[in-house]
Amino acid sequence: MMRAGVTVSISLALTILVALSFSRANPPTGQDWALSLAFVIFSWVAAWSLSWLADLVLPKVSTRWLVPTIFGIGVIAAWEAYVHASAIPVVLLPSPAEIAAKFASSLPTLAADFVQTIIRAVIPGWLMGCGSGFLVAILCDRNDFLRRGLLPLGNLVAALPIVGVAPILVMWFGFDWPSKAAMVVVMTFFPMLINTLAGLNASGHMERDLMNSYAANWSTTLLKLRLPAAMPFIFNALKINSTLAMIGAIVAEFFGTPIVGMGFRMSTEVGRQGLDMVWSEITVAAMTGSLFYGCLTLLERRVTFWHPSYRR
Amino acid sequence: MKTEAAGNLLPLATVTLGILLLWYLAAIPMNAVLTTPKIAAAGGGFWNTLAFSWNEARPVLPSPHQVIREIWNTVFAVEPWSIKSLIFHLWITLSSTLVGFVMGGLLGILLAIGIVHVGSMEKSLMPWVIASQTIPILAIAPMLIVVLGKTGLPDIFTKATISAYLCFFPVTIGMVKGLRSPDVMQQDLMRTYNASSSQTLWKLRLPASLPFLFASLKVSVAIALTGAIVAELPTGAVAGIGARLLNGSYYGQTLQIWAALFVAAFAAAMLVWLLGEMERQSLKRMGAKP
Repeated sequence: MMRAGVTVSISLALTILVALSFSRANPPTGQDWALSLAFVIFSWVAAWSLSWLADLVLPKVSTRWLVPTIFGIGVIAAWEAYVHASAIPVVLLPSPAEIAAKFASSLPTLAADFVQTIIRAVIPGWLMGCGSGFLVAILCDRNDFLRRGLLPLGNLVAALPIVGVAPILVMWFGFDWPSKAAMVVVMTFFPMLINTLAGLNASGHMERDLMNSYAANWSTTLLKLRLPAAMPFIFNALKINSTLAMIGAIVAEFFGTPIVGMGFRMSTEVGRQGLDMVWSEITVAAMTGSLFYGCLTLLERRVTFWHPSYRR
Repeated sequence: MKTEAAGNLLPLATVTLGILLLWYLAAIPMNAVLTTPKIAAAGGGFWNTLAFSWNEARPVLPSPHQVIREIWNTVFAVEPWSIKSLIFHLWITLSSTLVGFVMGGLLGILLAIGIVHVGSMEKSLMPWVIASQTIPILAIAPMLIVVLGKTGLPDIFTKATISAYLCFFPVTIGMVKGLRSPDVMQQDLMRTYNASSSQTLWKLRLPASLPFLFASLKVSVAIALTGAIVAELPTGAVAGIGARLLNGSYYGQTLQIWAALFVAAFAAAMLVWLLGEMERQSLKRMGAKP
């Protein structure tokens, strides 16, 4: 506890010292960049050691949530302090308070963008991409020749910069949401295919032999044994795809869109130097992404409760 | 291993041929909007349909041989340092990919060492490392590029930052797993040798984590390339694979887009293959059985 306390005080003192020595010149001078780096490092250590101290002081039950929360609050506080201390122009980095104000004042715009990008493109695309990946995986499982042909190709495609297909899809499906949904389908298909195939092979020989001795046919074995055993892999793909889907939809909007959508808003607001609006959209994207991921984690826990990683 | 690869050859060839066939077939209806009047003017007929559908100058879906010809024209038929050469554009993108890959890889390894050695670091940092990836960073990368560009840093570093941000996560996750992979027996042995924690790190944990490291690096290098390409999109970059894609989509140069895509895909495959080769060599030196 001594060490944690000392680290907190030293790093806090250093952070304040750096904050006081900014030149406040506009535009920022070269010396300010060195100071900024020092500020980031010291404040990061301060936030981390604060959560370290909290970890030691607080009762054990509460630390799982509190420690990262304290760290996060520390980082936001450091951000706010940095913006004020360094007098960095708003066009480079708005403060958290400014972003929150902009967020609150432009809720209708954010909601419209959310509907266009998330509801119309991400969710249908994600469902279709994951669904078709899953179905093709089942098909491959039935037909070994197809599996041995598709799997190496799928592995290759999964490593490729697929976002590059975006301009082609915009050309094919038009500027509105169908091209974005198509992008999401393309991006989510291959991870789902590969993971489901890996999952279908995850059940052990013993269990399969048992099904065999029950005279279970292919579909019964699939439903009762191999699909449940594949669930951790499938959820892994669903989680990976939740992030990929957001990326696909937003990047596809850079190649042409109607005048609504998160990607459109971000690229135009950057052009108009409205960085606070850009950060508001980033906040929406981050919250949606985390929520999406969190829901999937909860569902995964209910479905794969038997998995060793949930044992206490 | 070898027999399995040979056994996969026939199915792989069949599926590839099937895709090529589908591609050629799809080109006919997809290009119909552009080609129908031309085919009618030439007198119609089966062969005219094929000839016009597969050789349209700005096709909706170019046929494979057109893409190959375009790649040949822009890779081998021009000076490698001219702006028309895909090699030049690929080099611009690859250089920032590699700088970002090294930065992200090192950051990832350092974070993992911190997380493994300092208990509270895992509690405070790990949730944020995971949260950092739920932000679709690739989607906001272009904005970060514009902002970082105003700071006056060289262009290559701003692009590399995006690649590094994308890279570090798989490396951190893989390395935390890898550094913890030595079992209790081996750790106890180090303890009986009275090894310090840095000695344990260098002699036990790091060597044990090598397979995990390479698996993560292979994932990382592929996303680093994607990051570098996306980072070029909004800056109005004039050079690089991303600029090539954007240019092609502005001016309807479909062939240019497809050629750039295939060259980028080839580069990604080569990078992953190169890392796989390095993995095989270093694991062989450590005495792993093939």
